[in-house]
Amino acid sequence: MPRMNAARKHPVDFTLNGKAVRAEAENRMLLSDLLRHEIGLTGTHVGCEHGVCGACTVQIDGKPARACLTLAQQVRGSDIRTVEALSPDPAKLSRLQAAFRRHHGLQCGFCTPGILMSLDALLREHPDAGREDIREHLSGHLCRCTGYATIVEAALAAAEEQRKEEKPNA
Amino acid sequence: MTRLETAGGLIGRTVERVEDAGLLTGRGRYIDDLPVRRDTAHLAILRSPHGHAEIRAIDTTAARALPGVVAVLTGEDVVRLTRSMTVGVKANVECWPIARDRVRYVGEPVALIVAENRYVAEDALDLIEVDYETLAAIVDPEKALAADAPVLHPSLGTNLINERNFRYGDPEAALATAAHRISIRIAYPRNSCTPIETYGVIAEYDAAEDAYDVTANFQGPFSIHAVISRALNVPGNRMRLRTPPDSGGSFGIKQGVFPYVILAAVAARVAGRPVKWIEDRLEHLTASVSATNRVTTLEAAVAADGRITALSWDQLEDCGAHLRAPEPATLYRMHGNMTGAYAIENVSIRNRVVLTNKTPTGLNRGFGGPQIYFALERLVNKIADKLGLDPLDVIRRNLVPADAFPYRTATGGLLDSGDYQTALDRACAEGGLEALQQRRDAARAEGRLYGIGYAAVVEPSVSNMGYITTVLTPEERAKAGPKNGAQAVATVAIDPLGSVTVKVASVPQGQGHRTVLAQVVAERLGLAMEAVRVNTELDTARDAWSIASGNYASRFAPAVAGAAALAADRIRARLAAIAAGQLNITADRVDFRAGKLFDRDNPDNAVSFGRVAAASHWAPGTLPEGTGQTIRETVFWTPDELQAPTAADGINSSLCHGFIFDFCGVEIDRTTGQVRIDRYVTMHDCGRILHPGMVDGQVRGGFAQAVGAALYEEYAYGGDGSFLTGTLADYLIPTVMETPEPLILHHETPSPFTPLGAKGVGEGNCMSTPVCIANAVADALGVEDIRLPLSPSRVSEWLYGEERPPTKPQDAAPVATGASGERMLTGSGSAEVTATRDSVWAMLLDPNTLKAIIPGAHEVRKVSNTHFRAEVTLGIGPVKGRYRADIRLSDMVAPEAVTLSGGTEGALGSGRGTGRVTLTETATGTRIDYRYEAAIGGKVASVGGRLLDGAARVVIGQFFQALARHAGGGAPPSAPAGLLQRLVALFRRRR
Repeated sequence: MPRMNAARKHPVDFTLNGKAVRAEAENRMLLSDLLRHEIGLTGTHVGCEHGVCGACTVQIDGKPARACLTLAQQVRGSDIRTVEALSPDPAKLSRLQAAFRRHHGLQCGFCTPGILMSLDALLREHPDAGREDIREHLSGHLCRCTGYATIVEAALAAAEEQRKEEKPNA
Repeated sequence: MTRLETAGGLIGRTVERVEDAGLLTGRGRYIDDLPVRRDTAHLAILRSPHGHAEIRAIDTTAARALPGVVAVLTGEDVVRLTRSMTVGVKANVECWPIARDRVRYVGEPVALIVAENRYVAEDALDLIEVDYETLAAIVDPEKALAADAPVLHPSLGTNLINERNFRYGDPEAALATAAHRISIRIAYPRNSCTPIETYGVIAEYDAAEDAYDVTANFQGPFSIHAVISRALNVPGNRMRLRTPPDSGGSFGIKQGVFPYVILAAVAARVAGRPVKWIEDRLEHLTASVSATNRVTTLEAAVAADGRITALSWDQLEDCGAHLRAPEPATLYRMHGNMTGAYAIENVSIRNRVVLTNKTPTGLNRGFGGPQIYFALERLVNKIADKLGLDPLDVIRRNLVPADAFPYRTATGGLLDSGDYQTALDRACAEGGLEALQQRRDAARAEGRLYGIGYAAVVEPSVSNMGYITTVLTPEERAKAGPKNGAQAVATVAIDPLGSVTVKVASVPQGQGHRTVLAQVVAERLGLAMEAVRVNTELDTARDAWSIASGNYASRFAPAVAGAAALAADRIRARLAAIAAGQLNITADRVDFRAGKLFDRDNPDNAVSFGRVAAASHWAPGTLPEGTGQTIRETVFWTPDELQAPTAADGINSSLCHGFIFDFCGVEIDRTTGQVRIDRYVTMHDCGRILHPGMVDGQVRGGFAQAVGAALYEEYAYGGDGSFLTGTLADYLIPTVMETPEPLILHHETPSPFTPLGAKGVGEGNCMSTPVCIANAVADALGVEDIRLPLSPSRVSEWLYGEERPPTKPQDAAPVATGASGERMLTGSGSAEVTATRDSVWAMLLDPNTLKAIIPGAHEVRKVSNTHFRAEVTLGIGPVKGRYRADIRLSDMVAPEAVTLSGGTEGALGSGRGTGRVTLTETATGTRIDYRYEAAIGGKVASVGGRLLDGAARVVIGQFFQALARHAGGGAPPSAPAGLLQRLVALFRRRR
């Protein structure tokens, strides 16, 4: 990678929620700031800026990652998915989102986008995920409102539904 | 589960939340998501790295010169445009949102930068030079009272800012004649419910109208609006305060954003542009509000059978460096229910409020409850121990009798309703207490450490806005005029097409108010929930509000939802009158269901809701004589029971009093000291339940935070006032792995004082759970002095006593220079060089050599032969910063030994230390031995605690390695990474 001038913006090309994007960012700009303040996708939330709380979790090439610990310039050529990709139409929630609503898996909703992105990746890669897998995955996220129990129940319900839909006769 | 049934109604049903579709799809509108004016600039705040210091000078020249910086403000600039914030007690002390000539806590604002963007603003912070003279800091509330303690506010002359003594009944006689006097001493720690969204403010100043317009994720109480307006020196109608549609949690904490409302407003005024500020996590942990820490001694007069006849409270409340509104409210919020769930007729209370070099406190879920119930329920447990009784029997013997409600407590509270005995019995039976006791016995038989704890708690809700005046003497109150009540407000409006809008000033922080209000109003008007839309944004320039508005004291369900029901009922009565004319029946026969108004006796005789509602808009002339409009109805509701304090200091501090009975079983790992919650049962009586899913959500959420407070969380300070828990890796919040699922039970006794019979439920477990867990740990270990948090290291101390000194001989410690509790680093090492001792000695005294060998040095200036000044850039872990170092040489024995002592100061913190360097001639040259001791404070101490030892060792090692290289020895210059690794290896070997 060529050495870049720290004082000015440089282009970053990547795929964001299925669409090609060209943005401009200084070397030190965080991915979370690029998404929120340059591109205007504010669904990704920033809670701690040091990678502990998990609110800013997005998917980079399918893997959950902290947008607050990723520089915008690091995602050149990558495929980024944010919470906005989960259901383009709020009237039609995804399985996972609908399960969260049904099970009261959120209160203030600030940590929720990050949790959804982690669980979305988990359920895609491990459709057979059970309670302990889900808890293990959720342990990278902090939620101050719910006490977590309803989040686990929502994720379990979504996993169960997904299995039924994919193997309707199983 | 006992629950009042609402036949076919919406209230009491766990409906899906109307908030969720937006929040789940990334469409929430939190403060940092809101659109701002294109010319909005960003605010960054320079904060004190010291717990206590005089500010000698602030040099902002370099910061002002940085391109992109719009304005720089110091404390004096803010003072010129504002007034001191109101202090809630009579005391000769000022309270500013930014330091003037002295800093009193780590994190206190010192200067403000307004710049084009946040990155540039934070760059500019590093360019401000502040010259501090550090003062002795005081962090322990008891030591702060000592005659020779450093005084924070010279104008006050003492750290004791308020003291009041109260007496109810005849506590002295009860104590004198009691069969037993049993007391307990408690030190409750500081903690915070730390919402995941931090503070945020967007402020604008209109110079043409001398008016401020501020949007902040403030949660109330809106009595604070008066404090803000006064501080900004404008009438309330020129201080427009708005809240965003969504909030990322608060738990009381976002009350504490208000000093930043003032700072951002002034910054916007000076900058001539709107200013936006979003707090970062380090700022939040360091400088947002937390619960108070409190030292309590509680004594009880106890009869032979365990009946408590008197309580004597001595409470020492630590509110931090300033008494900020609404403090000392934490100390007085529970004043009406200081006897908890018990019928105790004689009470004495000594309340003292002390200031220390810690962050000012404020609202935090449970607000005053955790502190008093920790003392009270530990004492009840101790009474059982001392008298050889079952703790449950002591609890039962003292509970307020079921036939005594409404029950007036000794201190003036009015417990509205309850049946504590039945709730407790049901909890024991349905929660499986007997099985749990067998489980404990079995575990103990195997030699395991297992204990059971109990807690009975009264959960107050809907605060009396007058309770805080109990801190004033009756004479002061008489002079100031009575304060009481708690205005709740709700507006129900119907538009020309018949759809309904509800507007409240409840400022929800994620609880789901919009859903519950839609349920309540839709049920009252016979509509589907979807026909009612609720708006909970608050704009003080346009909406109905009052000082009690906001989201605190668990007031939503009992007060706000009740006011909405009353507003809907008023409109309903008028709609019925109008419909009666149209249906040709009397109004009392009109019923509301499924969007229709109809004759109860002949449902076919019906008219649509929209048609009746439209009449007020389209044809007001057709309304029956004397029937008011149905366009908009605003109800202000304040309960009569919330009276001002009496002349005898009796105060009904809250309208509603829920009841909680918890019990739990914990097991302690004998090897690690870890506390594991094996089973937790929590029984709640929160009156009528409006939405069971949300009530259980409140219970689980409060419980999880209480588990954190009991086992993991503490805002920790060093003895010098340095803040030690500045990251979420240091301040440990429970994850899903640490949060057990409690069994939640309900027993409903509706409140007779609220429109819907509901009581608050949001805070109870923050009051009951920490002490319940502590009682279980006490039961498991047989330890009386239980302190929170119950971390493995603390529990291990009780299990094994204090850590023994190592058996292997250690290097003699260098002379100690740090204050007790300061974060100290020590180390030593040596390096071999080929140069002669004299030439090494000369190098150590030469600024050019020093510049070459001090890691990260930009400049080294020789002030005198024994005094050097240096500018260095150092990185510790992820935190890289520029520091100014001041180094003095002493105890010089040329060319053998010298002591270097000095300090560094920078945006990221400060350090000082001493090092003794000795030079010994060897066969091949010189051996350099060094030993150092350093103390570190400020930001690096807050965020890098666990990295510091290693990092300091590496940096100091780099210095001597570079010296060795310069003197012709050691490793040749090479790539930094390789060098670093070799250095680390080198110093590991030499330790």
